[in-house]
Amino acid sequence: MLRERALSYLVTERFPVFWCPGCGNGVILGSIARTLARLGLERHQVVVVTGIGCWGKADDYLDTNAIHGTHGRALAIATGIKVARPELTVLALMGDGDCATIGGNHLIHAARRNVGVVAVVSNNFNYGMTGGQYSATSPPGATTSTSPYGNPERNFDLCALAEAAGANYVARASVYHVRLLDRLLMEAFSHPGFCLVEVLSTCPVYFGRYNRLGGPAEVMRWLASVCVPRERYETLVAQDREGKFPIGKLVERRRPPFSERYATLQARARQLVQQQPPPER
Amino acid sequence: MREESRVQFMQGNAALLEGALAAGADFFAGYPITPSSEIAELASRRLPARGGIYLQMEDELASMAAVIGASLAGRLAFTATSGPGFSLMQENLGLAIMAEVPCVVINVQRSGPSTGLATRPAQADVMQARWGTHGDHSAIVLCASTVQACYRLAARAFQLAERFRHPVVLLADEVVGHMRERVVLDREEQARGARRRMPNCAPDQYRPYQPEADGVPPLAYFGSQYVFRVTGSMHDERGFPCADPENAARVIERLSRKIQDNAPEIWSWSLWGTPEPEILLVSFGAAARACRAVVEEYTQKGHSLGLLELETLWPFPAPIVRQAAARARLVVVAEMNLGQMRGEVRKAIPDRIPVLGANRFDGEPLTPGDVRRCLQESGEKSC
Repeated sequence: MLRERALSYLVTERFPVFWCPGCGNGVILGSIARTLARLGLERHQVVVVTGIGCWGKADDYLDTNAIHGTHGRALAIATGIKVARPELTVLALMGDGDCATIGGNHLIHAARRNVGVVAVVSNNFNYGMTGGQYSATSPPGATTSTSPYGNPERNFDLCALAEAAGANYVARASVYHVRLLDRLLMEAFSHPGFCLVEVLSTCPVYFGRYNRLGGPAEVMRWLASVCVPRERYETLVAQDREGKFPIGKLVERRRPPFSERYATLQARARQLVQQQPPPER
Repeated sequence: MREESRVQFMQGNAALLEGALAAGADFFAGYPITPSSEIAELASRRLPARGGIYLQMEDELASMAAVIGASLAGRLAFTATSGPGFSLMQENLGLAIMAEVPCVVINVQRSGPSTGLATRPAQADVMQARWGTHGDHSAIVLCASTVQACYRLAARAFQLAERFRHPVVLLADEVVGHMRERVVLDREEQARGARRRMPNCAPDQYRPYQPEADGVPPLAYFGSQYVFRVTGSMHDERGFPCADPENAARVIERLSRKIQDNAPEIWSWSLWGTPEPEILLVSFGAAARACRAVVEEYTQKGHSLGLLELETLWPFPAPIVRQAAARARLVVVAEMNLGQMRGEVRKAIPDRIPVLGANRFDGEPLTPGDVRRCLQESGEKSC
């Protein structure tokens, strides 16, 4: 039953999907479709905003409203949509290039504004679409097509970044931890304010191959091995945390979302203008 | 402002905002920049009480992105900026063109390149407004020379944006943006026509890129009964990516032709001084003000001198220019740049007519003296 309802949110006529064998994006797509089905959201009330990159192709397969925009700007476009029409469910689907790298500034400010958008970030640790170059989430030392001698840069902790910037809800899962991902997306889709769910994903064709992680199954196993439930992660000493990712719900706040604050501002403006029109320049 | 006070003494930037409000604009996203900041300030003051939204974004990339998002959600959306910000907006202006999202971008021009002379006027974004974003495309670009024109053209910009499902760039400059003049706020006139052409088919029949006879596809909005997708990638009529060469050629051609084929509807201009003059001045924006003074002076002395002032810069009104120059033996293009529009005028009229430039690019406004000097140095004995 859930399967059929989830399928009704997908553009199955465009299957098979564009992604490489072993790519984790299909797992995330499935989880999003199940979440839409579980919540029973109406298609015309949902807007999917994508950027550019492998995961930026996800809107091709979702049978909702969609805008496939520019690289890194998905959150800025999503902000315009959500602020203009707060009753809509607005999803921003971004890869690590979109969200953490070229669009990092928009992430900071979308979280700071606490605009009611759900960001679902597929983090496969590199730029898949352009041939496996390093991104802002590639681990230090990692081999990519532009770091043949090892990545000289440190990587972002996207979840910590979103938390510090003010997001209302932050969580992390991986494409190995599908049931956890389903649960976290359900929470994020129902939570007011800015929500970010980072999904660690597999790119066996580039990241896996360049770093000698093995085929799709081995890359999936590697992913499972670097994920640690948050509760256990917190008990680890610093050196054991190196290279590991806490998964699960990381932040849950109830700060008023932007649209709520803005509605209050509009009411105050109406009142003040009635009392005393603002002076002309 | 009291609604009945229709005659005002107002700054150009304020009139730009009032014109937008008259057209029904209810969403502004922007990033403050000299010399356009008053538009953002006034938008933040005037929009919320009317149920509108002022959104101050983190940069101009995001401003343009938010404007596109808001327009797709059914708002009449706009932004205002100047040179450096306009450069950042080129990325998503391209998205608005390709995805066919109506919106308005006001560029109060200042002297460039880069930070340039941040508080000084220029008209050097004429070609950027036409070709700033990559790829083949059309552009609708208007230019205001008076505070009244700021008001009128701001409203017109929204009407054209919705009419053609295309971003419209409205150029002003530091002179026009900051000057104060008498303006008549004719609300009823302005409010006419800034309406979206919504689809009227059954929701499951709607194709967001299926054009009507004039080349323009109707546009629904997110949250309406129509579920639809838009994209900056090459697409088919349903909005799905499509790499078929025939389709690509059809889309690129339509995006241009929906503007070019309907250009006469977009053109507006005014003629001053002698009709079909022997000496024709062509100008726009603040530079046109200097030309008007010269026209008045010379025609009083009996010279055959006229001014064609362009309000529509793009699509370039070549037939209008050709007609105005029909009896001319000299054409002078007056503009505050190195001669960006002169080349277009040159292309539009017969080779035998010389086209000179009266130019100013030192951050100062073009003066009647600059135009006079050009006429005197032209070799025209009568001048």
